[in-house]
Amino acid sequence: MNASRREMLSAGALVVAFSLAPRALAQGGEGTLGAARANLPGSLRQTPLLDAWIRIDRQGAITVFTGKAELGQGIKTALVQVAAEELDVPPVAIRLVSADTERTPNEGVTAGSHSMQDSGTAILNAAANVRTLLAEAAAGRWGVAADGVTTAGDGHMKGPSGQSATYGELAGGLSLHVAARPGVPRRGGPHRTLGHEFARVDIPAKATGGQAYVQDLRLPGMLHARVARGRSDGARLKAPDVEAVEAMPGVVKVVRKGAFLAVVAERQWSAILAMRALQKGGSERAAAPLPADLQANLMASPSEDETILDTTRMPGPAPARQVKARYSRPWLIHGSIGPSCAVAQFEAGKLTVWTHTQGVFPLRAALAELTNLQPEQIHCIHTEGSGCYGHNGADDVAADAALIALAVPGRPVRLQWMREQEHGFEPLGTGMVVEIDAAIDGAGRIARWRSDIFSPSHNGRPGRAGNLLAGPEMEPPFQTPTPRPIPMPEGGGDRNGIPLYTLADAKVVSRFILTSPVRVSALRSLGGFMNVVAIECMIDELALAGGLDPVAFRLQNLDDPRAVAVIKAAADRFGWARREKGPGSNGFGFAFARYKNLAAYCAVAMQVSVDPRTGAVKAGKVVAAVDAGETVNPGGVRNQIEGAIVQAISWTGREAMGFDAAGRTGLDWNGYPILRFGDAPGSVDVQVIDRPGQPFLGAGEAGQGPAGAAFCNAVTDAIGHRLRDLPLSVPRIKAAIGA
Amino acid sequence: MSVTLTVNGRQHVLDIDPSTPLLYVLRDDLQLNAAKFGCGLGQCGACTVLTDGKAAFSCLMSAAAAQGREIVTVEGLAGGAGPGRMPKAFIDEQAAQCGYCIAGMIMRAEALLRTKPKPTEAEIREGMQPNLCRCGTHMRILRAVRRAAGLPVEAEA
Repeated sequence: MNASRREMLSAGALVVAFSLAPRALAQGGEGTLGAARANLPGSLRQTPLLDAWIRIDRQGAITVFTGKAELGQGIKTALVQVAAEELDVPPVAIRLVSADTERTPNEGVTAGSHSMQDSGTAILNAAANVRTLLAEAAAGRWGVAADGVTTAGDGHMKGPSGQSATYGELAGGLSLHVAARPGVPRRGGPHRTLGHEFARVDIPAKATGGQAYVQDLRLPGMLHARVARGRSDGARLKAPDVEAVEAMPGVVKVVRKGAFLAVVAERQWSAILAMRALQKGGSERAAAPLPADLQANLMASPSEDETILDTTRMPGPAPARQVKARYSRPWLIHGSIGPSCAVAQFEAGKLTVWTHTQGVFPLRAALAELTNLQPEQIHCIHTEGSGCYGHNGADDVAADAALIALAVPGRPVRLQWMREQEHGFEPLGTGMVVEIDAAIDGAGRIARWRSDIFSPSHNGRPGRAGNLLAGPEMEPPFQTPTPRPIPMPEGGGDRNGIPLYTLADAKVVSRFILTSPVRVSALRSLGGFMNVVAIECMIDELALAGGLDPVAFRLQNLDDPRAVAVIKAAADRFGWARREKGPGSNGFGFAFARYKNLAAYCAVAMQVSVDPRTGAVKAGKVVAAVDAGETVNPGGVRNQIEGAIVQAISWTGREAMGFDAAGRTGLDWNGYPILRFGDAPGSVDVQVIDRPGQPFLGAGEAGQGPAGAAFCNAVTDAIGHRLRDLPLSVPRIKAAIGA
Repeated sequence: MSVTLTVNGRQHVLDIDPSTPLLYVLRDDLQLNAAKFGCGLGQCGACTVLTDGKAAFSCLMSAAAAQGREIVTVEGLAGGAGPGRMPKAFIDEQAAQCGYCIAGMIMRAEALLRTKPKPTEAEIREGMQPNLCRCGTHMRILRAVRRAAGLPVEAEA
């Protein structure tokens, strides 16, 4: 890339790196759509044309397009249900195309539990529009009033005198290349699909050895590649013997661009052996040495401070009991079970990348900058990978594969990272510290709340080449863009930093740490997890100080009826009021949050037992209640919340990336262990509270904070000590109880 | 060099480096999708297959060592008209989120039930211990194993 283009791009860094605003599709015909789009819901606002979302051919085959990606959260299934419901066809009649830079709307990244809100809402309304247009076309054909035309659930429109026409016939005389109209009513009558249990469309292939993942993609003539890097992020290989490796059997090419080094071979095992040979000389840290105590360093680092809540002018009752505490969480891995993978092919000036990125369009922009190709020359196709839980190595491996593919034109290249590369190089979930100084009055109300949230960025997502691992390895290097905070109300490190409780006198300051010594980016719920853990631990500390029941104390300080409903539902179903500690080291914990204070509500009640000899914790009964707005697939919501609970127990009870001066030390599942079956809860019971007609709120990140906090509160109840630094690991608990 | 493998009841004669881990032979030479690369270290179980009826990490076993053994992958569990007992139980229980670990889980569970047709809850959890799931699908996986064993799907809490 020439210097002037490089400079121009870096000047626009902030705009590009954090803009999730989708651009119009090629078929999108900007400009003629007028102001109506401002009234359109969900992603229709950015992409208002109906045929960007739904197409019906003359045979009646229906294709629905979404810019969101399946990450294992069941989004494909839920979106099929939404479309089937509003079009009034069986779900099997719908084919869904997802996240593809040449086929689907640009819906930014699949993140933040936005898929149902953005894409689900768009498809719901687009389908209502299409159904209405089909009914109007039928009415015109039969010379009857449009309200006399009905759907039959089978892809036909029916007229008042027994007329019938297929959607395909009607669509043939109709253009869907028109903007959605706002306010088109939803289909009346009982739901056939929406809100019902519906089996995931992707599970059969996954359970029977079908081709389900980018890892399973096999293209004709495909080569296998491995990238050779140092021990972990920040390290560079010492003197790799490229010539010797080029001579190894089966090696097609060693690809070297600046400090980027990879090997391509005819067979996967040859590529792995060649990679190991390139790494034989070891590696050394090229980046600045890591501080000895990352958490202390975080507190001492320069920050940009913003007061995100200030009601201190309001007079409040005199605090009766005060509690001050500092909570922290370490750096966590996303920890996909399958290391990140991509397949790339460069042929006839066109780069095609099959990728499990969360954002095909932002990735394409970053790849264009990295490779000096035009965005139109790059086609990113989302193909499922192992669950990512945020920004893992998906984009990085796609960039690695793209660079390799450019070096072997014509041949598709499959690259999968090794286990230690995923642990060692993926952007980590950000370490955080939250300080809270709070008090209650004599009536059990929260009378004072002062909080400081210390957090580096939670967003290192591409859009720019400098956000890709390979970017800074190029010569000259692409600079990693300076991170910026994600503004409230969604927030980044300060996500969920403002309690939903009624606070008479409160101030919350978000301290955005400007630089992070380790590579970080979005991990499921961003700062929401730590803030909910801190707030919900403090709520329990206040309840304890006032001698109040934790659930009653929460209810007493909340006004939102939907918050009250999930808390009561979880407490009732758990039998909170009847809980008995009994002898030994049994404990009960409760926690609640509304994700981002604007999405799904979730409350969790948990029982744990602590082994007084070893400090080992076992979660027993866990009950959750969730309100994610109108429920599309109750089983899908339960699956997400169950998973959130188990994952959060792992995060909270055992996980922390280790570091030494050279970099990361937890480079496999022994060095960075996660929860196994032996530590899975006794039972997990999730109650879904449906809110028909309410907006979709998304369920993917609602459970982590409440589950983590309930675990902390239950352990505290069990051992009689409050541990405030995550993880609440066995050695820490053992030390606390003096076992 | 030539290696002879028996996979899902079929014999394959392959001209490959006999030190190649079985996993890559299954995936790349035999084009079987089920066994997955997870760690290459025997720590996660995503690559689990049956060798002579016992669960094995196919990432740690060389093709040479796999010769002469009956190797079974998820593809080999298919029943006459549809998925076999264990895959069907996982589908019926919707026991997957991303699903990357699921093929390994199915083979681990299959091996468990072949030795202990009616395992206790503790035996199921201990039996599944070598396999990791990051999505937190553990409770559903346990239900699927109980279902396949003909046990009550909900265990005592």
